[in-house]
Amino acid sequence: MRGKQLGFWRRYVFSTDHKTIAKQYIFTGLFMALVGGYLAYVFRQQLAWPNQPIFGFGGVLGPDQYNAFVTMHGTIMVFWVAMPILLSGFGNLLIPLMIGTDDMAFPRLNMLSYWVFFLSTVVLLASFFVPGGPASMGWTFYPPLTSRADYTGVAWGGHLWIVAVALEFAAMLMGGINFLTTTINRRAPGMTFFRLPLMVWMQNTASVLFMFSVGPLIAGAVLLLLDRVVGTGFYVPETGGDPLLFQHLFWFFGHPEVYVILLPGLGVLTEVIPAFSRKPVFGYRSIVISTIIAGVLSFVVWAHHQFVSGIDPRLAVPFSITTILISVPFAVFLFCLIATLWQGAIRFTTANLFALGVIAEFLVGGTTGIVNGSAAADIYVHDTYFVVAHFHYTLVPAVLFAGFAGLYYWFPKMFGRLMSEALGQVHFWTTTIFFNVTFLPQLALGLHGHHRRVADPTQFPWLAEVQHLNVISTIGAIGLLLSQVFFLANFLYSLVSGRRAEANPWQATTLEWVAPSPPPHGNFPEPVRVYRGPYEYSRPDTAEDWLPQHAPEPAR
Amino acid sequence: MLARWLPENVSTVGGEIDRVIAVIGYVVGAWLVGAELALFWFILRYRRRPGSRARYVTGETLRAACWVLVPAALVLFCDLVVDYVGAHVWETVKQTAPPAELVVRARGEQFAWRFTQPGRDGRLDTDDDIETLNHLYVPANRVVHVELASRDVIHSLWLPHLRLKQDAVPGRRFTVWFEVTKPGDYPVACAELCGFGHTKMVGVLHAMTEDAYGEWVDLQQIEERDEFWEE
Repeated sequence: MRGKQLGFWRRYVFSTDHKTIAKQYIFTGLFMALVGGYLAYVFRQQLAWPNQPIFGFGGVLGPDQYNAFVTMHGTIMVFWVAMPILLSGFGNLLIPLMIGTDDMAFPRLNMLSYWVFFLSTVVLLASFFVPGGPASMGWTFYPPLTSRADYTGVAWGGHLWIVAVALEFAAMLMGGINFLTTTINRRAPGMTFFRLPLMVWMQNTASVLFMFSVGPLIAGAVLLLLDRVVGTGFYVPETGGDPLLFQHLFWFFGHPEVYVILLPGLGVLTEVIPAFSRKPVFGYRSIVISTIIAGVLSFVVWAHHQFVSGIDPRLAVPFSITTILISVPFAVFLFCLIATLWQGAIRFTTANLFALGVIAEFLVGGTTGIVNGSAAADIYVHDTYFVVAHFHYTLVPAVLFAGFAGLYYWFPKMFGRLMSEALGQVHFWTTTIFFNVTFLPQLALGLHGHHRRVADPTQFPWLAEVQHLNVISTIGAIGLLLSQVFFLANFLYSLVSGRRAEANPWQATTLEWVAPSPPPHGNFPEPVRVYRGPYEYSRPDTAEDWLPQHAPEPAR
Repeated sequence: MLARWLPENVSTVGGEIDRVIAVIGYVVGAWLVGAELALFWFILRYRRRPGSRARYVTGETLRAACWVLVPAALVLFCDLVVDYVGAHVWETVKQTAPPAELVVRARGEQFAWRFTQPGRDGRLDTDDDIETLNHLYVPANRVVHVELASRDVIHSLWLPHLRLKQDAVPGRRFTVWFEVTKPGDYPVACAELCGFGHTKMVGVLHAMTEDAYGEWVDLQQIEERDEFWEE
């Protein structure tokens, strides 16, 4: 099974090589990020200058189209950008390399996973072109709005949305099974669980969370599809159904899902920050344990999305307590990352800048989450832009910033070339500045009571007076999107004519840097053996400031 | 400082909700500032200099881990404070209600709020009930109970100046309450996506003095009688 003997199709298209599949996921995710970003551009224009023709859209965005664009933006960014890049992309690329094996445990299942995902992408994009347009009921898809096409005028768009999401879940499940099986069974000799790079822990914890949480939502989605297509009434009160049932099924999945996205992002940090601080991760075990605690807690917090949805009010305070409790494991995680910097020798490569940026921004996301988590405060902030700003301050760092950190860091491993540092630095600073210009005003708008998903805020008297904040936010969003031109240019230019990278350009300690850049099919020229933990930087007993996992004990 | 961003509060319980937001704001704000300062201090202080070498610290010993675990314990303590402050206010707003001095019905529908309230007899389900669309008239300084329902999809009754938000779910009926402290007109909106007209759900709460409210109720009766004779 050497790459040279395979034809073009088996090598680049229907490949079973985990690295090729990872690249396929990443390219698809990046393409979908452009789609999701364009949607955001259009509806931010509408919010800043309502009912004006929009440059690059060709007309005015009507309220029904506005709903569709918001719905598809959320859907695409969560399921078609965050998951394929952070989970499937980085997971596929790194798990076999980091544990020192030649490929995934089930390479064909892995290939099937990508192609099912590809099919889901086609179905989702097709929904833009069916009569009635794409789904416009919000990415949370609450019935009864979704259970009858008459309520929105969207028939096929809704059916296709459910089918696409179901296919995407199936693809991610196949990937998750592969991650777990591979990590448990295919570790190189000497690679114990507590010598695994934290990225592998994060990917596997994310996979477990996804597996345990997705079942109820798939069941819920099937019932919803039956309501829509066959005319059953699982969520329709006139026929004895209950709309709130779907909310429980959705959010039982929804909160673990947030960590499915977040943990791989934090996993990037646990690799990039030690490598560029030349220090071991502070508190490896504390991070592993607190991640698992956060994962378990994420299954008992879902009703914090439903404080004012009509659940029994006596449930609110218990769910409030579990929700706010989650701040403790994540505080441990972030404090460990900050402590890792202490007495380090920090290099400000683009990858590290983005990784440090995640901590700085995610702290805002985490702390604003406490306001949402408190049931009493949530009466006011629920369904306002405060929530929008909060989750963008968590997920944009975790997905966009950590994603960029990972791409800049592992680009040489993926493609054998380095990305331009100069363009990278410009990309980091413009992205960071415009990100805050976009979402800080939204925090203020939320506190002012700007509710979500309204296409024209100026018609509400108390919002008209803060319309300038919407304008600033839109300018920020346009700047944020334009900043990505630096990335795209850098990415494409470096792909064809970046500086050639050696096997280990960052002098990092984990096993993926032992393999050549890019690694051939089969990864390691010779089997590797592991002698120590993943972050042995700056040990006092070594001359170099790094001691890789595969090197035998140094001469003293 | 934080409360300055919120619109003026005109309900009896709104101040308590604002206080919860402010308390949380100060607590988490302090943590945010502290953590960011530590982060930026380390970033600037420990940048790589020629010849310098990082110190090998794994944080695996209990002594080292205390640098993280003690702050985390303080986070836990702050969490409990936030829980305690919030739980009491939640109970006041959502789990208990003072006796009603006026009961009205609000029904969400695509895309309006339909209000039903008693006429001169002060009782619902009688001939003189008053039905209005998107405009709710109530006396200020009176406890008003709102029986909330929906005809079609989920809506959410949203009065930012009263700090009032509650979903209206078809097939269920919830009671929310408020007492306006200052006569005036306040916006009513829908906070849950309910279709293409979601953005058009703009209503007004008219909180009136006792006398003005009585006059308004009387006026409705006369108009209705006129309509009756005209038919």
